[in-house]
Amino acid sequence: MNVLSLRNVTKIYQNHTAVNNVSFDVPQGSIFGLLGPNGAGKTSLIRMITMITGIDQGEIKLNGQNLNQNMILDIGYLPEERGLYKKMKVGEQLMYLAQLRGLTKQEAKHDINEWLEKFDADTWWNKNVEELSKGMQQKIQFIATVIHKPKLLILDEPFTGLDPLNTNLIKEEIFKMNRNGASIIFSTHRMEQVEEICKDIVLINNGALVLEGEMNAVKQQFKENKYRIEFDGTLPSHLKQDSFTIDRDDENGLVIQVLPGHDSNEFLQSLIQEGIHINSFQEILPSLNDIFIKKVNNKI
Amino acid sequence: MNKLWLIVKREYLIRVKKKSFILATLLTPIGIGALMIGAGFLAESSSKSDQRVLIKDDSGIVKSSVIKKSQMVMDFTDQPLDSLTKNYVKDGYDMALYIPAFTDLSNKKHAVKYFSEKKPGMAVIKEIERKVESSFKDHKIKSSEIDRDVYDSFAISVDMEDGSLKDSESDGKVSIMLGTAFGMIMGFLMYMVILVYGMMVMRSVMEEKINRISEVMISSVKPFYLMLGKVLGVGLVGLTQVAIWIVLIPVIMLIVQSVMGIDPQAAQMEQIAAVAQETDGFNIAEIFREVKAMNWVMIIPAFLAFFFGGYFMYSAIFAAIGSAIGDDMQEGQTLMLPVMLPIIIGFMMLQGVIRNPNGSMAVIGSMIPLISPIIMPARLAFDPPIWQVLLSIAILILTCVFFAWIAGRIYRVGILMYGKKVNFRELSKWIFYKG
Repeated sequence: MNVLSLRNVTKIYQNHTAVNNVSFDVPQGSIFGLLGPNGAGKTSLIRMITMITGIDQGEIKLNGQNLNQNMILDIGYLPEERGLYKKMKVGEQLMYLAQLRGLTKQEAKHDINEWLEKFDADTWWNKNVEELSKGMQQKIQFIATVIHKPKLLILDEPFTGLDPLNTNLIKEEIFKMNRNGASIIFSTHRMEQVEEICKDIVLINNGALVLEGEMNAVKQQFKENKYRIEFDGTLPSHLKQDSFTIDRDDENGLVIQVLPGHDSNEFLQSLIQEGIHINSFQEILPSLNDIFIKKVNNKI
Repeated sequence: MNKLWLIVKREYLIRVKKKSFILATLLTPIGIGALMIGAGFLAESSSKSDQRVLIKDDSGIVKSSVIKKSQMVMDFTDQPLDSLTKNYVKDGYDMALYIPAFTDLSNKKHAVKYFSEKKPGMAVIKEIERKVESSFKDHKIKSSEIDRDVYDSFAISVDMEDGSLKDSESDGKVSIMLGTAFGMIMGFLMYMVILVYGMMVMRSVMEEKINRISEVMISSVKPFYLMLGKVLGVGLVGLTQVAIWIVLIPVIMLIVQSVMGIDPQAAQMEQIAAVAQETDGFNIAEIFREVKAMNWVMIIPAFLAFFFGGYFMYSAIFAAIGSAIGDDMQEGQTLMLPVMLPIIIGFMMLQGVIRNPNGSMAVIGSMIPLISPIIMPARLAFDPPIWQVLLSIAILILTCVFFAWIAGRIYRVGILMYGKKVNFRELSKWIFYKG
């Protein structure tokens, strides 16, 4: 079951196509990475999903139904361009945003207090937003995004401006909401975060989908048959190198690339035959960062 | 609808609770009171003259006539003219006056010369002229052997009266004067409302864009509602302020009148009502009667319609401009100029309209929606034909709907658009952008 399905979605602004015929599915309950370089069309895509702008062609379905204004409260969106009313008090501001997102006054008050407590911010209610540090404001912003318990949460660069401690705090809350059934779309340039958090990804470039799939499958798809090996002693010089090449040689060991038509076992066997004691042998999968750069630069 | 209400409520409360709002609301009537006290003093002191004048009267006419008592000191001297002009200052006078001999009774003009170190004010010259004139007139009457009573009986005053009024009612001049005052106040009020609160809407939209809260907001509210809520919220702030002023200003004026013992209105009314120049003064009871007799059933709802219509139309345009310019105020000015132009033209037409409230300029102005919110309220106290009022309101409402639509289209694109140079061509493109 997919929480979100995009079919041939296109958005055209005047003289350029921001999103070109994009289709993908976001499985229910997943943490989904929406990746792409600057100006790839991510924000345009998200704005269509959140109904901020309309779709020019194609369709978007939320829980199997075409998007409509009644679903606006099922989505929580933390835009990259975010801000708060600077002159408003934290409590008033959250109450206002929560009520705009369909909560009653009582519910809003109760839930906001709960969140503020969770974020060690229970004394902030009467503080003006402009008195808060950037990190503190980010927390308030996060609360405002999730206060109505959306089924689909779209987070665009959610950790910008947060220190590692607060990043972890928010990350934990995102995981918790995911465990409680919320599906999460996570848009960022920070590939290490995507690798850590996301299960599925899509990569968009120049408005079009260039890569899609489950994280490990994608990595497998782009692997280069590289292995790290650690052993005692040195590699005998007579060892034939027709089945592999040495990629890197450092004091911890070797990184080799097994040539096409051969496999890693051949290399291991030849070492064992030489009586070399092997400490470890591990396949090196490409990092998402490498895949991203290569794919965007069209090297693959 | 509930969301719209929330937005209106926030926009209203956040402004009404501000210290600057409370101060401005209370200080303006106090300021007006102070201004009136000042104007009252000025009017009083300018009507009096403590000038000392030394007169050499070769005609002997002014000297022999009884000059009415006044603040002005008038002394006579027989010294020669050149020593008079040399010595009058030393003798403690502000001005010397030379009245040459008057021989030919049939002369209709007689030149009188004054000498003064400082240029005398118009009021002083007029006062002396009046006094000398009246002495000469008396002299001519006496010399012509016409009986004074007969001469006096020639005087006649013609009074234009409103033929539709019954004898028991006043002559209608008070109502014209009141209409003029009301017209000025209403026209000016509209001008202020459009400018002050329209700008407030614009600034608020700009602030939202600069603070980057727009996208957060419109992920849960439609941009049109956000704009509408803002326009309505600020409009209510304006209405609150104006309502407080309508109550407070007369109260403060009454206090000024009773405590200070001066009538601050007297000086102003004189200025406002050129029509009332020749009347021999009104009594308060008559003014009250006329105020009561005004067609309030038409004036109040019509004024409110123009207040909201005019404000709504302009603030929607200002909201659109605010959304387009973001933080670039300089760019904003080029966009604002064409919007300000009709407001200024309307304000400039105001005086002409009040002078002739049912003339063709007034009628045409009332039908042009961009200026009618300033022109029509100014005419309301002059009993304009009801069809004109209704037609003017109808045109205004249609224009409001049209501008709200256009402004909404521009706004929804503008608040999400950063770093784009905006001009009117660009704005007109935004209107036709698809959702």
